[in-house]
Formats: sequence, C-alpha cells, structure tokens
Amino acid sequence: MRRASWQEYQKDIASDKYYYARSCIRQNFFPGSERAFLDILHNDLGIDVFDDPLHTSCTGIGYHSDVVPLETIMTVVARQFALMAEAGYENFISSCITSFGIYNEVLATWEEFPETEERTRKYLKEATGRELVKPRSIAHTSDIMFHHRQAIARKAKLRLVNRHTGEPLKVVEHIGCHYAKIFPKSGIGGSEFPYVLAGMIEAWGGDVVDYPERRHCCGFGFRNYLVQANRGSSVANSHKKLESMAPYKPDFIVANCPGCAMFLDKWQYAIAEMEGMTYGADGRGIPVLTYEEMAGLVLGYDPWELGMQMHQVDVEPLLDKMGVEYSPEAKYLGAGGKYIGKPADVAVNCFDQRRIYEIKR
Amino acid sequence: MRNLNFGYGISRPRAIDMDNNDLRKSNAIIAEMPELQACIGCGSCTASCTAGNITNFNFRKLHTAVRRGEYRGAYEELNKCMLCGKCRLVCPRGINTRAMIMLIKRKLGDL
Repeated sequence: MRRASWQEYQKDIASDKYYYARSCIRQNFFPGSERAFLDILHNDLGIDVFDDPLHTSCTGIGYHSDVVPLETIMTVVARQFALMAEAGYENFISSCITSFGIYNEVLATWEEFPETEERTRKYLKEATGRELVKPRSIAHTSDIMFHHRQAIARKAKLRLVNRHTGEPLKVVEHIGCHYAKIFPKSGIGGSEFPYVLAGMIEAWGGDVVDYPERRHCCGFGFRNYLVQANRGSSVANSHKKLESMAPYKPDFIVANCPGCAMFLDKWQYAIAEMEGMTYGADGRGIPVLTYEEMAGLVLGYDPWELGMQMHQVDVEPLLDKMGVEYSPEAKYLGAGGKYIGKPADVAVNCFDQRRIYEIKR
Repeated sequence: MRNLNFGYGISRPRAIDMDNNDLRKSNAIIAEMPELQACIGCGSCTASCTAGNITNFNFRKLHTAVRRGEYRGAYEELNKCMLCGKCRLVCPRGINTRAMIMLIKRKLGDL
C-alpha cells in the first residue's frame, strides 16, 4: 500500500466485549463464515463476543427495495440496540455491510433530525416495551478482524504465500459499497482507499492487487438484481471488474460484504456459462473468499469446516498454493459425515480449454 | 454443449473507451480534412438535414462517434444521406460536410 491517505480516516474500534449482529443472507451464501468469526475471536483470541439469538434482520434489503418504511427500519434498529444494552454490552458489531450502512445511516439521521429519534423511542416502547440505548461504538466485523490482525498474524500457521514459488499471493480486495461510500468516516481508510482488507492481507503475507476498477461496485445493490430483466446491468458490473483484474493474475479475491462475495463468485459461473469466459489460471475461475475464511485458512482451520465447499468457484487450487492440508473426499460430507451431494461440473471450474471454446462457438 | 440462457445477458457499457478504440481510420480522416476539428457541435447540419427529417440519420452524432473510433454501423448509416448539401450551406464553421461524408464513406468502406 503505497498511499497513506487511508490514515486520515480512522475510527475507534473497541478491543473486547462485542455484541454480534448476524447477517440474514450470509448464512446461505457462506454458511461457515460467521461461525468461523466467533470461533476465531472466542477460541484463538479469547475475546468476549455475544451471539444473541433474539436479534432479527435489520430489514435493510426491504428498506433498499422500498418495501420497508423508514420508521419501521428505525424501530427495528432501535430494538437491536435495546437488546444489546439488555445483554450488558456497548460495542455493536455487524456481520453485514448493508446492516453496517443501515446502523450508521439511522444513527446519523437521529443525530441530524432528533425528532425522528424521539418518534422511534415512542414506537419501540409501544411495540416492545423496551428502551433505546445507543451503542458506544459501532463497527463492522471486518473492522474487528483488522483491529486484531497482528494478533492473528502471531498465531498464524500459514501465510498468504505461494509455497511453490515463495512469492506472496496476489490478492484482490473488494470492499462493499455500504462500508464507507455512504459515510466515509465510518470506514478505515475512507471510501477511496479503504484499508480494512488490504491491512489484513499485508499483515498475513499477501500482496494487494491495485487494478483500475478496484473501487467499482460488484453490481449487487438490491434494486439492481431483484428484477430478472435488470440482471444484465448487474452482471455487467462484476464483468467489468473481472475483466479489469484478470491481467494482474490474482490468486484469489477477498470481500467483506455478503453480496459482493456471493456475486463475484456466482457471476463467474454465469459469465462462463453465457460467454465461455473465465478469469483465473488454466481456464478456471478466481476463488472468492470472505475475510473470515481468509483468516481461518491462515490460522489453520479445515477449509470444509469453514464451508468452502459451498463456493461456486473451486478453492482447491488456492489451498494447494497455500499448502493447506485438506481431504478431497471430505469436501461434500456435512455434519456427522453425511453426504450433502456434489454439484454438476460447470465451465467455471473446468480447465479443459476445449469446453470453453465450445461455449464460445 | 450447454450454453445456458438465464433470461438476461451481460449489458455492455456505454462508456467511450479511448484506450481500446482503433483510431487509425479516424486519424486518417482528420489528416485528410483537418477542418472537421473546427466543428463546434452546434447541430445545424442535423437540423437542416433532409434525410434526418424522414429517418433517424444524425450527422453530428455520427461524425462525433467516428472521430472517437466508434465505427460500428457508421457506413450503413451514411448511406441514408442523399448528398443534397443543405448541411454545408448552414455550417457556421464553413466545413464542407458533403465532402466529409464522402470521405468518411470512402475510408470506412474499406473496413
């Protein structure tokens, strides 16, 4: 990271005692990531994180799709904060970038328009009998991982280094738009040079790829893809990014947003099936990881325990480069050794160039 | 072969990509008639165009695209021009637009 502009954008991140708000959609896309986050904090770093079963979705998807009114989402957010206070915590951390944007937006709205806060307090009291207590600090879980990156580096069993060549792995980092593009001061490094993922990559031995479309949106944005007819525009965004990063030959992509990680992974499948185009080495796709999965691999977690068999683009080439020990036979075995089914072969995981040429023709 | 139809394609960007556009034809046109660079984009040529009244032919849009190296469909579009020369009469910069159309057709016809 040659530029130091990110240092102008800093925020206070608490070091312990977090109230954890899960994402509503990550459990489906990358089911092992949130578990891995809790395990890393609890077991590896000995940090107190409270995973509250009472909290709900922040309703951000509905809000951004115009089906949830502002007053409703404010009351839902107020309830999450009330639950945090009831559990005895002050540091609110959110697993989802959309939620993180929502929490910041609601807090900023209450600050700018105090009457909305008063109304929300009234609605919360009437609906649930709870009292709103605002958090002392609010952070995204990637901020927390960034905050503890050196502690993780000290416990690392593997580094982001190609064991065959000894060279650092080339990593594309993608930051969700709602992390710092809405409120630049809410993110480490601001909106233009967010350092949150780059800091982790550098601390764990990798090289960050600085490519032309680095700050381009992945195309997720809720309105962009909800209607099938609009998805051509949505996929065009990921397509633009993949075209832009491919010449730098990245070893993998890491994202801190549920939607971005899912889109950059799954759109590679769609693009390969539609146009026969793949962007990784040997005609394969580029593996896409969440930052928890990246941290998990560095700490020596089993990739199938991290849920990496749920990725569209196969991660085995990356695991081999890093020197991760894994059992290929165990890939599709779920809890208790139960076979969970193997997906059909797809172009994005096919290294046979003839197959790609067939699709192109 | 399995070429899946998801019900949508990949939308192409409308951005002007000057890094990848092939400007050789464009440069050759400007080298031969440098007065095209004096165009101020007023649109008088298009407003007075007989072909533009009955079709969507738009000379201003077309020569702007050609100068940017965007040649796709330009030759076919220029066939709509009837070479009446009204555009030449109204051009405030005195550009010989009719000759320009012939020049562009000649250069792009070789594509």
